[in-house]
Amino acid sequence: MSATRASAPPARAAAVESTRPGWTVPTLLRHLVVAAGVALLVLAASYQLDSFRNFQLATVAAYLCATAGLTVLTGLCGQLSLGHGALMATGAYALALTQNAFADRGLTAGGWLIVSLMVAVLATVVVGAVVGVAAARLRGPYLAGLTLAVAVVVPALTVTFDGVFNGEQGLGVPMAPAPERLGVYFPHERWQLWIAAAATLLCLVLLANLVRSRYGRSFRAVRDDEVAARLAGIHVARTQVIAFVVSAASAGLGGALLAVLAQSVSPGAFGLTLSLFLLMAVVIGGLGRLAGAVWGAFLLVVLPDLTHSLTNLFTLSPAAAQRLEGNLPLAIFGSTLIVVMIAAPGGVQGLLSRLARALRARWPVGRS
Amino acid sequence: MDRFLFLTLDGLSRGAVYAAFALALVLIWRAGRIVNFAQGAMAVAAAYVAYSVTAATGSYWLGFGAALLAGLLLGAVVDLAVMRLVDHRSPLNPVIVALGLVLLIQAVLGMVYGNEYLPAQAPFSRTAMTVGGTAVLSPYDLFVFATVGVVVAALVWIFTRTAIGLRMRAAAFAPEVSRLLGVNVGGMLTLGWALASGVGALAGMLVIPTELGVHPHAMDLVFVTAFTAAVIGGLDSPPGAVVGGLGVGLLLSYVSGYAGGDLIPLAVLALLLTVLLLRPGGLFAAVTARRV
Repeated sequence: MSATRASAPPARAAAVESTRPGWTVPTLLRHLVVAAGVALLVLAASYQLDSFRNFQLATVAAYLCATAGLTVLTGLCGQLSLGHGALMATGAYALALTQNAFADRGLTAGGWLIVSLMVAVLATVVVGAVVGVAAARLRGPYLAGLTLAVAVVVPALTVTFDGVFNGEQGLGVPMAPAPERLGVYFPHERWQLWIAAAATLLCLVLLANLVRSRYGRSFRAVRDDEVAARLAGIHVARTQVIAFVVSAASAGLGGALLAVLAQSVSPGAFGLTLSLFLLMAVVIGGLGRLAGAVWGAFLLVVLPDLTHSLTNLFTLSPAAAQRLEGNLPLAIFGSTLIVVMIAAPGGVQGLLSRLARALRARWPVGRS
Repeated sequence: MDRFLFLTLDGLSRGAVYAAFALALVLIWRAGRIVNFAQGAMAVAAAYVAYSVTAATGSYWLGFGAALLAGLLLGAVVDLAVMRLVDHRSPLNPVIVALGLVLLIQAVLGMVYGNEYLPAQAPFSRTAMTVGGTAVLSPYDLFVFATVGVVVAALVWIFTRTAIGLRMRAAAFAPEVSRLLGVNVGGMLTLGWALASGVGALAGMLVIPTELGVHPHAMDLVFVTAFTAAVIGGLDSPPGAVVGGLGVGLLLSYVSGYAGGDLIPLAVLALLLTVLLLRPGGLFAAVTARRV
C-alpha cells in the first residue's frame, strides 16, 4: 500500500453524518458532559450502595474497559479476537509487577498507582501491537485460531516462567489505602469504585471520540468492504493494527483494574473462559455499539450473582451446589450467545434501537 | 542418539493423534467452510460418555465404541440443531456460535461430572518396550498408530471409492448443481459433520489417557495444536493435515524432550504465528488468488 493513497482523507462518511439539520453539539463536549453526568451518578451511588454493591459496580467498570475495547475491534473494525482475556492478563500482571517493584523501593504512596496503570496499558499496547500486526494479515477463521491460541497459551506462560509470575499462585498487588482526607472510616470498596470508575470513564470518552473520528469511520469502512475502503484511500492493514492496539490498550486497562480490585492476580482468572465471556458480553450487548459494551459488562457481573441466588433457592448437596454455581453462568451465557446469534444478531442494544425506531416512526416527537 | 530415536517415535505417536484431530477440522472446513471451534469440547463430551460407560460396564472397549457413537451423533445434532440455523453470510457468525457451543458443552460437562480431572484408563500399557536396550514404542503407541491408520484409510476409501463419498464431495464443491442432480446436499453436510465429529471423538479418546485425564478443558490445548497442524497443512487438504499433524507432534516432542515440557504451549503459539505470517495458506495449499 503506497503512502499517497493512505494519506487521502476518507471524506465520504463525513457527508452522511452532517445530514442532520440544525446546530449540533461538538462531539468532544457532548461526550465530556455525558461522562461528567455519569461520574456524578456513580459518586452518588457509591454513597448509597453498600460495600459489596460498590465492589460489584467497580468490577463492572473494569470489565467495561475490556468489552468496550473489544466492541471497537470486533464491532467496528470487523476483526474477531478471542484473545482479550489474555490481554487483560497482560495488563493485570504488568500492574502487579510494577506495584510490587514500587513497594520494594518503598514507594507506597497512592499516586504511584497511576504510573502502574500506565505501565500496564503500555505493556498491553506492546503485546497488542505484536498480535495486531499478525492479525492484520489474517482473515476469518485464521484470525480466530491465532487469537484463540493466544488466549490458551498466555495464561499457561505464568506457570512456564514461574520465577517472575509465581505460577498458579499468582502475585499480590500492594495498594495504598484511601487518602486520610476522606476520613478514617472511608470504605475501601468505595475508594476502589472511584478509581475504577475514573479510569473507565476516561477510557470510554477516548474510545467514544475515536469512534466518531476519522479513525472510527476508517474502521467501519474496513469492516464493511476492504476493497472499497482501499479504493477510498484507507490503509487497511494500518487501520486494523491501530484498532487492535487501541482495543488491546483498553483490555489491558481493564485487566489492571481487575487486579487493583482483587488485589492479586493469578492465571486461573484469565483463562480461555474469560476471553469467551468477553466476546459473549459484546455480542449479547450488541456488536458495534459502545452502549452494547455497557450491557455486556453488567451482564458479566450480574449473571453469576443471579445464578448464585438461583442455586440458593434449591436445597442441594454442597458439592452439587458448587458445580452448579460454577457452571450455570457458563451454560446460560453459551446458550444465550447461540440464541442471540441465530435470532437477534444485533444484541440487546440492537433490539432497543429497533424498538426506539419503531416508536419514533409511530409518534414523531420534536424531530423536524 | 537413543534419546533422539525415542523422542522421534514418541513425537510421531503424538502427531498421529494431532493428525486425526486436524483431519476432523479439515473435513468440516471442506464440507461447509466452517472451522469448528467446538471440536475440542465435542470430543471431550464423547470422552465423558466413554468414562461413564466404562465405569458402568467395566469394559474399556464398550466405552470406546460409545464414545465414537456419541461423537457421530453429537456432530449430526450440532449441525441440524445449531449450525444449520446460523446466518453464514458473515464468517464471524459460525465462529461465534461455535464458541457459544464450547461454553455450553463445557458448562454442562462441569455440572454433571465436576471440574476436576477424572482418571482415563488406557487399554494397553504405556511403558515403552525396549529393543536391544533402547526404549522405543509402548503398546499404546502401536494402538494409536493402528487406529489412526485405519481411520485415515477408511476416510480415503469413503471419499474416493464410494458413491456417498462422491456425493459428499460434490455437495461441498457445487451445492446448487448437486442439488439439481438429486444429491441431498443438506444430508451430506450433516453426514460430514457426523463423520468429522466422530473422528474428533476418536482423537480425543486417544489423546486423553496420555494427558492428565478427562476434564471439561482437557482438549483446549490439543485443539489449538491440531488447528496449527491443519493450518500448516493448508486447512483444505486432508494429506496436508496428516503431514502437518505428524510434523507438529515431532516438533513438540523435541521441544519437551530437549527444552522442557513447560515450553510446549509457547512452542505451539510460536509455530502457529510463524506459519500464519510466512505461509498463511499453509505448506500444501494450491496457489490460489486471494479474494479480498
